[in-house]
Amino acid sequence: MDAIKTVELTKKYKDVTAVYGLNFTVRQGELLSLLGVNGAGKTTTIKMLTGLTRPASGDAFLNGKSILTDSAAVKAMIAVSPQETAVAPNLTVRENLEMMAGVHGFRKSEAGDKVTELSDRFGLGEIAGKKAGKLSGGWQRRLSIAMALVSCPQILFLDEPTLGLDVLARSDLWDMIRALKGKMTVILTTHYMEEAEALSDRVAIMKSGRLLLTGTPAEIRRHAGTDKFDEAFVRIVKEGAQ
Amino acid sequence: MKVFAFSRRNDLEILRDPLNLFFGVGFPIVLLLLLTVIQRNVPVALFEIEHLAPGIVVFGLSFMTLFSATLIAKDRGSSFLQRLYTTPLTAGDFILGYLLPILPICIAQSVICFAMAALLGLPVTIHILTSVLFIIPVSLLFVSLGLLCGSIFTDKQAGGICGALLTNLTAWLSGIWFDLRLVGGAFQKIANLLPFVHAVEMERAVLQGDYAGVFPHIWWVMGYAAAVTAIAVFAFLRQMKRQ
Repeated sequence: MDAIKTVELTKKYKDVTAVYGLNFTVRQGELLSLLGVNGAGKTTTIKMLTGLTRPASGDAFLNGKSILTDSAAVKAMIAVSPQETAVAPNLTVRENLEMMAGVHGFRKSEAGDKVTELSDRFGLGEIAGKKAGKLSGGWQRRLSIAMALVSCPQILFLDEPTLGLDVLARSDLWDMIRALKGKMTVILTTHYMEEAEALSDRVAIMKSGRLLLTGTPAEIRRHAGTDKFDEAFVRIVKEGAQ
Repeated sequence: MKVFAFSRRNDLEILRDPLNLFFGVGFPIVLLLLLTVIQRNVPVALFEIEHLAPGIVVFGLSFMTLFSATLIAKDRGSSFLQRLYTTPLTAGDFILGYLLPILPICIAQSVICFAMAALLGLPVTIHILTSVLFIIPVSLLFVSLGLLCGSIFTDKQAGGICGALLTNLTAWLSGIWFDLRLVGGAFQKIANLLPFVHAVEMERAVLQGDYAGVFPHIWWVMGYAAAVTAIAVFAFLRQMKRQ
């Protein structure tokens, strides 16, 4: 069974169509990057898949559950790490993780075990007692992803996870994201082409609300007739305009 | 319980902000001290501690609207609420999670104010305890106003409207600082149509053990609290749908 299957997924805001009849599938355990310039419809697509906004028409199925008719089951299997570091600033790192365990209904002992495991995995142990608002951007992003993983999601949405981070922090986060591959299905949006190329099993390129192409990074390069991934992206998006 | 995890977070966010502690606890205490000193030097019946303490308790609650509104507006403005909207928390969990944790803070604030008033000469009687109980509907009114403002304004707007406008409305139209009859006319009529003066009069009556004097003020307070809560829930659900 596909982890994600969209069927003519469409979103309209009054007279403006943000996403047109989107059809794509993501296999279980796969990491798919959604690429596109601003206004391509990536964020709207993620909002629909995560139940934050309702499609105008069409549907999407996450592990077979409809986002329209079974949103509670969908919510139970997904997690989102938003573009901004969505952490509670006056809570400590540990309290942020405990809060996420609590809102997912974990019992106290389960929550404690999960928090300890994630703190170890993400190297958060030493700063567990520090307020999240006092952390650097890189550490906040690391915490944000750890918070998304508290519920052991089957499908993880990472919205621009490395935006604005320095090279080292980005490299650290890439390692963490790579470590997730195969364990859960990951949908990643990014503006960094090298990030998409380095991390993705497959890439989906969107423009003006339409899906232009999906394929592995190698297939994308071949399709565009170039060895460089960023060049391939530009060519495909420009051709898509014609 | 999922809602407790969320409400605990809201409690901690409010209580760990030093500015909140200053305005929530420090400022009402400073006002009590200052006005008591003035009263000792220039005796004014309005500033006698039995009259003053209930007014300061109600005025202090207006800051709870500010804290609540700012917290909710900030959560809306950041991606924090969006993250939580993708969790199993329901709309009811969000509303309770924002309303419930602030009520104990309101009660704690009232207890601290009455304790300070007792140190300044307020007779310690059972009526202080009943005054704290009667503060619950007043607290609900102010906390619901916070939910309403936080649901429709940005954090900067909420700071201005709740921090400046509401605190001034509460101060001027509640009869804490001056007898409304001294101004009279439309001013007094408007004040009597709003809940603030009724909240203060209700608390003054309870503190004096005059339970018959609670009426009709309690109906005004409870009516406003129910109406504002209903509007706030509607506004929150509307913005939740929009997000």
